[in-house]
This record gives sequence, structure tokens and C-alpha cells, in this order.
Amino acid sequence: MTFKRVAAASVAALMVGSPVMADLVFPSLSYRTGPFAAGGIPYADGFADYMTLLNERDGGIGGVAVQVPECETAYNTEKGVECYESTKGMGALAYNPLSTGITYQLIPKATADDIPLYTPGYGRTSAANGNVFSHVFNFPANYWNGASAAINHVLDLNNGDLKGKKIVLLHFNGAYGKEPIPTLTKLGEKHGYDLTTIPIDYPGQEQKAQWLQIRREKPDYVLFWGWGVMNQVAIQEAANIRYPMDQFIGVWWSGAEHDVKPAGEKATGYKAMTFHGVGSDYPVFGDLQKYVVDAGKAAGDGSNVGTVIYNRGVYAAMMLAEAAKKAQEIHGVADITSAQMRDGLEQLEITNARMAELGMEGFGPEFKVSCANHGGPGAIAIQQWDGAAGKWSLISDFGASDMDVIQPLIDADSAAYAAENNIEPQCN
Amino acid sequence: MFYREAGDFKTSYRDDNQTFPIRLDRAGYWIALFVAFCVIPFFVNDYWVNSIFAPFFIYAIAALGLNILTGYAGQVSLGTGGFMAVGAYACYKLMVAFPEINIVFHVLIAGGITAAVGVAFGLPSLRIKGFYLAVATLAAQFFLVWLFNKVAWFYNYSASGQINAPERTVFGVIVTGPNTEAWAKYMICLVFLVGVAWVARNLTRGMTGRKWMGIRDMDIAAEIIGVNPLMAKMSAFAVSSFFVGIAGALFFAVYLGAAEAGESFGITKSFLVLFMVIIGGLGSIFGSFAGAAFMVLMPVVLKNLLVGTMGWPTEIAAELEFIIVGGLIVIFLILEPHGLAQLWRLTKEKLRLWPFPH
Repeated sequence: MTFKRVAAASVAALMVGSPVMADLVFPSLSYRTGPFAAGGIPYADGFADYMTLLNERDGGIGGVAVQVPECETAYNTEKGVECYESTKGMGALAYNPLSTGITYQLIPKATADDIPLYTPGYGRTSAANGNVFSHVFNFPANYWNGASAAINHVLDLNNGDLKGKKIVLLHFNGAYGKEPIPTLTKLGEKHGYDLTTIPIDYPGQEQKAQWLQIRREKPDYVLFWGWGVMNQVAIQEAANIRYPMDQFIGVWWSGAEHDVKPAGEKATGYKAMTFHGVGSDYPVFGDLQKYVVDAGKAAGDGSNVGTVIYNRGVYAAMMLAEAAKKAQEIHGVADITSAQMRDGLEQLEITNARMAELGMEGFGPEFKVSCANHGGPGAIAIQQWDGAAGKWSLISDFGASDMDVIQPLIDADSAAYAAENNIEPQCN
Repeated sequence: MFYREAGDFKTSYRDDNQTFPIRLDRAGYWIALFVAFCVIPFFVNDYWVNSIFAPFFIYAIAALGLNILTGYAGQVSLGTGGFMAVGAYACYKLMVAFPEINIVFHVLIAGGITAAVGVAFGLPSLRIKGFYLAVATLAAQFFLVWLFNKVAWFYNYSASGQINAPERTVFGVIVTGPNTEAWAKYMICLVFLVGVAWVARNLTRGMTGRKWMGIRDMDIAAEIIGVNPLMAKMSAFAVSSFFVGIAGALFFAVYLGAAEAGESFGITKSFLVLFMVIIGGLGSIFGSFAGAAFMVLMPVVLKNLLVGTMGWPTEIAAELEFIIVGGLIVIFLILEPHGLAQLWRLTKEKLRLWPFPH
């Protein structure tokens, strides 16, 4: 009897779908467990908190409340697919899975379901070509912008000459970590440096072998594409072998407070790229504190406000909210559909005046998305860690990347995808 | 009362040796097949297929494959994930190279390629046994994943090392790619599963299966009565890898649509399938199904119950899932070390006597 009851309960539990709601639904495929949770938690918190702020302060977007149902993926693609399928029926407007692997899964599925994917600073780089990837948006910057920006920074340090320099790319051995390799290889041909790639397998808690190789090869610079627990380990190992920190440059996913703090003051000088501002000196964070954290409505414990990854979650949520607003304007309805959301994303324009209104003046660049360009300006700055003060500071301006090298790569990769999947260009 | 063989007379050896000797079992089997083929396809939606049926069917195929090797032939393998990767990458290369050929053949050929690879990695089993063989197959797991990460030819030089399944059809019905209808995805997995299970059942109750079991129970004795250990072990590796390869091909092409070696076919996959086989029951066809169902459905049910129905925070639910599933595994193994299949067997024994046990 009891078994029957349990079975009935489980079947009932399986059948429970969520009813269709008249809210704007932005599912958050988050990961608060697993080896990458260190980055997943603040991002999901920032994303959810900004949407809560809109509900609390402005009464939603255009008068319609926002919902952020969460689904735990643990950075696992199978769970990601399950999460996508279980949340899309709620009327999902856009997905932001914070995982390049899951993004690759969802690109064809979401396109077929007419739901846009927003993957700021991650995902498939060539999705910047909106002509092929109609439903994928990765503005304001992508991995290839990052790779190029890192090389530009190194060029600056060496008066524009990298001939014979040795550069190591230390990367996560997965879709995310492999993305920059083609660009770095091409740039190597252009600037004459030697590129060595050293992969770190998931989850990357053990990197002795990689750092032994770095110690042996004595590269001039180490570029780092890591995530989660991998970051802390790498920075600690770099400190252990006394690798000069100012020659160790991480991508934006490897440059948060929790990545450098475990190594203590030895991490001072470590550099990371970023596509948005650092710190909490923006009015929006005051609002977040007041309306969300102090009101006890924060997704997390509120301790992450103003940290790098939290800020990025806020930034991503802001873009989606602005795009939703744009979609409401274009179509003249408050309760938009995912297809209208896609139009909103495609015609999104972020101006400095608008950023100031949002309390984020100078936090990110001005740009305009178009049908053909879903990639944004790709402006990237370098930030450096100060272990004594315990904070990041920008040491360069937001500079452009080498589009002469990147654009042909984007065109080639997206053309290959279009040919494999018989995609007609969507813009004329 | 209803479930017994009394009155169910057999007049030939053939009848006596059939898979389901009891009438009620036979009826249940045909009803299950009827429901699976003729009822469910009309009701499934994307969620049910992508979250429940497709992973269940595909893992059941993989578990059947591993059960032949580990459960029937007694050769421990930790290389299942690697062999699934061989199936997936072989299927990808074939799909891209020969787009005009029916995907079913690609999946079968991918299975064949995996069988060849499996035999090659099975060769050490002639000299080593038990834990040592497990370590040798573990080497296969790591080598294969490394190979598919390292050699760009396998993923057609794509920027991220991901492979994506292009759209392919069977008799004009799309079965891979994003535009697949839920029922088509369901049907192709089901057809492969039923085919594989049918082959597995008939192999294991025939001479081949008896040879495998002889080798498993005592290899020297088996050799003395005339079983060729080379042929028996190699055939076990070949058949097992063939099934695992099919599972890998379907896993990539039909279920996920995109995959990368390290993430999708890592060591955790090997352990997952091994757990399915152990929990379901070593040396049992039904056990492969039960184990796969348990490992696929349990997390989904728990998630829906804890997050969907009770509204718990996702991370607590996710951690609790680990604790509950892990705890259930331990409880099962203590209470019934021979797995769910033995539990089922005992239930049936009891049912035969019910309602008059003595």
C-alpha cells in the first residue's frame, strides 16, 4: 500500500507542470552546487536580485511583474536540457544558462522553439553573426574579443613586439576553454609569438602537472580560461611556483574576488579581463541594498553585492530587462512573447544616458545591436588585483579588439554552422 | 491466485523454454509493448521525452551492454563512457560524411566500430582479471576521452571541440536535430531499445550466453569443458561494446544533439552505468531496465517533488537529491545485494503462492 502511495505521489509529482503565468518569465538555469558553484552562486544571485529590484522598485517591466524561476544544472548538460524543457512551458522569454556547453545544446533547440538565448561573454563566439544565429545574442563581448584584448595588453607591455615570446594558454578542457584557441593561433601567426595550450580537465582541483609544465617552459605570459574551483587552484599554484602574477592574465570568468582571495597577498598583481566596471560605486547597488537585500528579498545572503560575478549577473539581467522594455515598445503590448523578446534584443540600444538613468553610468559601453551584429562592441579592459586592499581596479581603458583577425574567424565558423544546418541568412 | 503456472500446460520444449513461461507475465509483456508502441507516442511531449523517456531508453541500452560484459561474462569494465564516446563520434563522422544514408545505419555502424574498439581494449582480459581488468578498462576510458579532445579530425576542427548533430531523417521523419517531433525521438529510441533487448535476451539464453556465464563462474572449469576463453571473452566485449556504441550514438545524435568528449562521456558516465547495472541486478535483462529507470527517474522525481511541489530552494534540493539517491543505493545494496531484479524475482515467488503461502 505504502509503495503504491509513494508511486502515486511520484507520478503526481512528475505530472505537475507549472501553469502558464501572465508574468515576464526569465528562467535562471543556475548552478549552486558542484565544482563551479563558486561562480554560479553570485551570478544567479545578481541576476535574480536585479529582477527583484525591478519588481520592488518599479513594479516590474512596463508594469508587468518579472519572474525568475530557478533550475539547478550543476553545469551538467543533461540537467541543463532537463531544465530547459521543464521551464520553457512557463512562457520563458529568454535563457541565460551561464555555461558554454549548455549553450551549445540550446542553440538549435531554442531557435526551433523561437526563444532567444542571451549569453553575455560566453557561449558560442561565432553567434555574434546574427545573420546565421538568429536567436543567439552574446553582446557586449565574446571570448575572441577577450583573447585579442589580452594579446593587445601584452603588446602594449612589450612596445608592440611579441616576436619569439612564449605565451601559454591554460584552459578548461571543455567547450568554454577551447573557444579562444583559434583566435590565439591566428594572432600568433600575425604577431610571431609561440602559443602552447595546456588543458585542465574538469573539475580542475589538481593542477600540479600543468604548473610543472609551465615551470619548465618558463612562458613570458600565461593566459587563463578557467572557472569555478579551477581558478583558485591555478592562482594558488602560480603563487607556489612564484610565477610573476602580473604576467598571468585571466579571462573575465577567472577574475573574481573568490578566485584570488585564497592565495592571499601572493595573488597581488594578478590580472583579469573585464567587459564591465568593477566595485559597487554605482547607484544601482545602493538600490539593490535598499530594496532587495535590506528588505530580506535577496536570492543569496546579500554578501555578494558589488563583487565581480554578482555585478555581471546584474548586468546581464539589466540587458534582458532593457530588451524586454524595447520589445514592449516595438510591439505595443506589455505582456510580450519570446518571439517579441527576440526582436527587442535585436533592436536593443544601450546609451550612456540610459545607463545613467539606470544608475549604472560608466558600468558598460554604449552600443547598438543589429540584425547582423549580435556581438556588441567587444570593448574590454584589464583589471588588476590588489591583495592588501582586497579589491580589483581597472588598469586600462575599455579598448577595442583586433576585428581584422576575429571577423573572418566568426564568418568562417558561422558559415560552417549554416552549411551543416541549412540555414538561410536572416538579414538582407 | 492469478499468477501461477498451474493449468498453463506446455506441450513442446519450445514452449517450456520461452522467456515468459507464466501466462500473466506474457500478457503483461505484450501489453507493455502495446502501450509503449501504440499509446504513449500519441501523448508524449518534449518534456517527457527529453527528461524521461529518451535518457531512460538510452541508458537502458548502455546498461544492457555493460550487463552482458560484467553481469554475464564477469569482466569488470570502467570504460563504458569511453565506448559511448566512440559510438557518438563515429556516428557524428558518419552523419557528416554520408548525409544521404539513413541514420539507422549510421547508428548500427557506429555500434560496429565501437565493437571493434571494445575488442581491442578487451584483449588484456585474456591475461588479467578482476580489479586489474577494471584498471585496464579505466585506461581505455581516459585514453578515448583524451583522443577525442586531442585529435581535431574527430570533431571536424570546430572551434570549441563540440560536435553537433545535423538534421537527419528516417523514412522522411526527422529524428535528429532541433526540429524533431517528440514522438519521433521517442520511437527511434524505443525501437533500438526493443531490438537490443531482444538480441540480448536471445544471446544470453543460448550457447553464447552459457559460455559467458561459464567463464564468469569459473574460467578454468569452463575451459576444461570446451569453452574457448578467447572467443567467449572477445565476443562478450564485442557484443557489449556494440550495444554501448549504439547507446552513445543515440545519446549524442537523438537525445542531446551536441556533445563534447570530456563533459558528456567522462568517467562519471562509466560509473553511472555501472551503478545502474549493480542496482538493477548483475546478469539480468530486467535488471538493466530497472537500474536505468531508477537512476534516471529518481533525480527527476525528487527534483519535481522538492522544488516543484514543495517549493524548496534549488541548491538544497540538489544536495538532498545526492543524499537521498546515495542513501537509497546503500539501503538497496544492504537489503538486496542482487539488485532490483532479485527483488522482482522474490515478489514473483511470493505472488505465486499468494494468497495461501503454506
